Amino acid sequence: MRRRLLLVVAAVLAFSLVATACGDDGGSTGGASDDVTAAWVYIGQPGDAGWTFAHDQGRQAAADATGATTLTVENIAEGSPEFEQAVRDFIAEGADIIFATSFGYMDDMEKLAAEFPDVVFDHATGFKSNDTNFTNYFGRVYQPRYLSGMIAGASTTTDTIGYVAAFPIPEVIRGINAFTLGAQVTNPDVTVQVNWTSTWFDPAVEGDAASALLEAGADVIAMHQDSTAAGEAAEAAGARWVSYNSDMSAFAPSAYLTSAVWDWGPYYTSVIEEVGAGTWDATPYWGGMDDGIVKLGSIASDVDAALVTQVNDVGDQMTAGTFDPFTGPINDQDGTERVAAGVSMDDGSMLGMDWFVDGVDGSAGG
Amino acid sequence: MIFGGITITEASVIGLIVASLQFATLLYLAALGETIAERAGVLNLGVEGMMAMGAMAGYVGGVASGSPWIGFLVGGLAGALLASVHAVAAVALGADQVVSGLALTILGLGLANFLGDSYTSDTRRSLFKDVDIPGLSDIPWVGETIFSASPITYVAAALGVLTWFVLSRTSIGLGLRAVGESASTADSAGHGVAAIRMTAVVIGGAMAGFSGAFLTLDTVGAWSEGITVGRGWIAVALVIFGAWRPGRVGLGALLFGFTLALERRLQPFGIEFSPILLSMLPYILTVGVLVVISYRARNQPSPTPAGLGIAYRREER
Repeated sequence: MRRRLLLVVAAVLAFSLVATACGDDGGSTGGASDDVTAAWVYIGQPGDAGWTFAHDQGRQAAADATGATTLTVENIAEGSPEFEQAVRDFIAEGADIIFATSFGYMDDMEKLAAEFPDVVFDHATGFKSNDTNFTNYFGRVYQPRYLSGMIAGASTTTDTIGYVAAFPIPEVIRGINAFTLGAQVTNPDVTVQVNWTSTWFDPAVEGDAASALLEAGADVIAMHQDSTAAGEAAEAAGARWVSYNSDMSAFAPSAYLTSAVWDWGPYYTSVIEEVGAGTWDATPYWGGMDDGIVKLGSIASDVDAALVTQVNDVGDQMTAGTFDPFTGPINDQDGTERVAAGVSMDDGSMLGMDWFVDGVDGSAGG
Repeated sequence: MIFGGITITEASVIGLIVASLQFATLLYLAALGETIAERAGVLNLGVEGMMAMGAMAGYVGGVASGSPWIGFLVGGLAGALLASVHAVAAVALGADQVVSGLALTILGLGLANFLGDSYTSDTRRSLFKDVDIPGLSDIPWVGETIFSASPITYVAAALGVLTWFVLSRTSIGLGLRAVGESASTADSAGHGVAAIRMTAVVIGGAMAGFSGAFLTLDTVGAWSEGITVGRGWIAVALVIFGAWRPGRVGLGALLFGFTLALERRLQPFGIEFSPILLSMLPYILTVGVLVVISYRARNQPSPTPAGLGIAYRREER
């Protein structure tokens, strides 16, 4: 009886492992970088239309551009033993580059980078690096956030925008602040009401959080999570919506206004090419609209043409480096001046941002 | 209405009640199914997996047929099919119920992700429409919330009454409870232990599947991997909270649903209270109920089915 139980359990477990495992291979077209094997560890799944979707689009673009072999693994929890195992498996399969796409992989990346000095370890959203084979990369998505805020500010008739926020960390707070500053350009009276969900992906909660904001008087919804649920709640309520990560307009076509989106393809392509050519070095990367890693998604056709021109103008200035969203004077919620007039905030302050600008309704502490 | 910085509008209060009922329906369907299985003496920790299967199959059935009702039934069928694995392993073969149940969760989540992979990012929707109860839905406040809810909320309430009736007022229910209290005694009395237990597990699975289908055909509208986010485990806790009684489990579902809905509304209401603390409330309450049950067990019969979790093999009696 005991043996039969073990067989049943083993069969069940084996079947579920087969059902969850997944892998992909890129094409092969010539050049030095087609000998490169690059591997991605995903926190979620490419089908989420959000964070992992954007990374996987970037992977495909890089595979097409370089001919490199690409490997992926989905749904690896932060801090789990599966992460280390997945990386070791990739290296056993010949991976030259490991891209890890979530913050919580950082310490494992650091450890494994020391153990495998010949493999490049590149970590998204983290802050650790060494001088040889381990670094980090991210994008200044606050730039398109600011632009999307300009459109949202002009679209609200109740002067209240609801923001379905994920976790109270600098990355999310920076996005809310940039969005609010942008909204204030087109609507000085606007309030951005924050509703923390403490989730990256929980459609039931994220949709409900948007509904709660709409019931409280908001008529435009912005969000940070990976699901489209907030947008679908806005669609059902006849409100408007600014999406994130990718252009999610297909999920809520009437609500969709615009989006702040990622385009990881150019970055992944350049890393693979540099590794193939032997010119790669472990310099941290934080690119902006000038590199094309972040951009404003499509803009709804009913947005005023003059506003679109104004938004594109500001976008061009950001791309040219002549304008920065976090240029003073900027006051926080208590009215204390955080950035003096004419001064642009430095990267260190931006990366550690833990306060809300004036005009945000909510607590930056979560 | 504004008092002390707290802003509460009529729309907010109605929204709070509507969202509470949504979450309560979701949790109640799954918890009611688990109640039936546990009253027959079978612990099934595979609720999360069965819910995921129901969510995936419900969505696929709904968009393929164009009818959320067909999707709902397909979701229930998927949950029942997965539960039959547990019925065979834990009842017919007498495997450890905890191990088999946990394996069922892993299997269900994996299988749902595998089979539903091409349906993630699908923009098609097959949604239930709220039903206005004629006459009653015109009553202010109550009408806009309780009498204008999802049809599945009424289905869940009806299933709750039906379960209560069958368990406590029919000979079938008496047999099921007897099997759950003492399988050997029930066997001596002529009840088919294995047949009753397997049926209870499969019915429980169908209801977890209904719960998942409600998620993708009503609450969210879309299927996506990981969409259940641990709600199946809350349903398991809810059975304990409700002391294995359909009515109390229903009250618990309303309370848990209310905390879930309130969590998202504290901030818009302007109430300074950590939503993270509030999200712990269902679990704290469940532990509290367990403490009360074990304390009272010294003086009066425990509500826990005495045969819960114990495999029955006639030859080992």
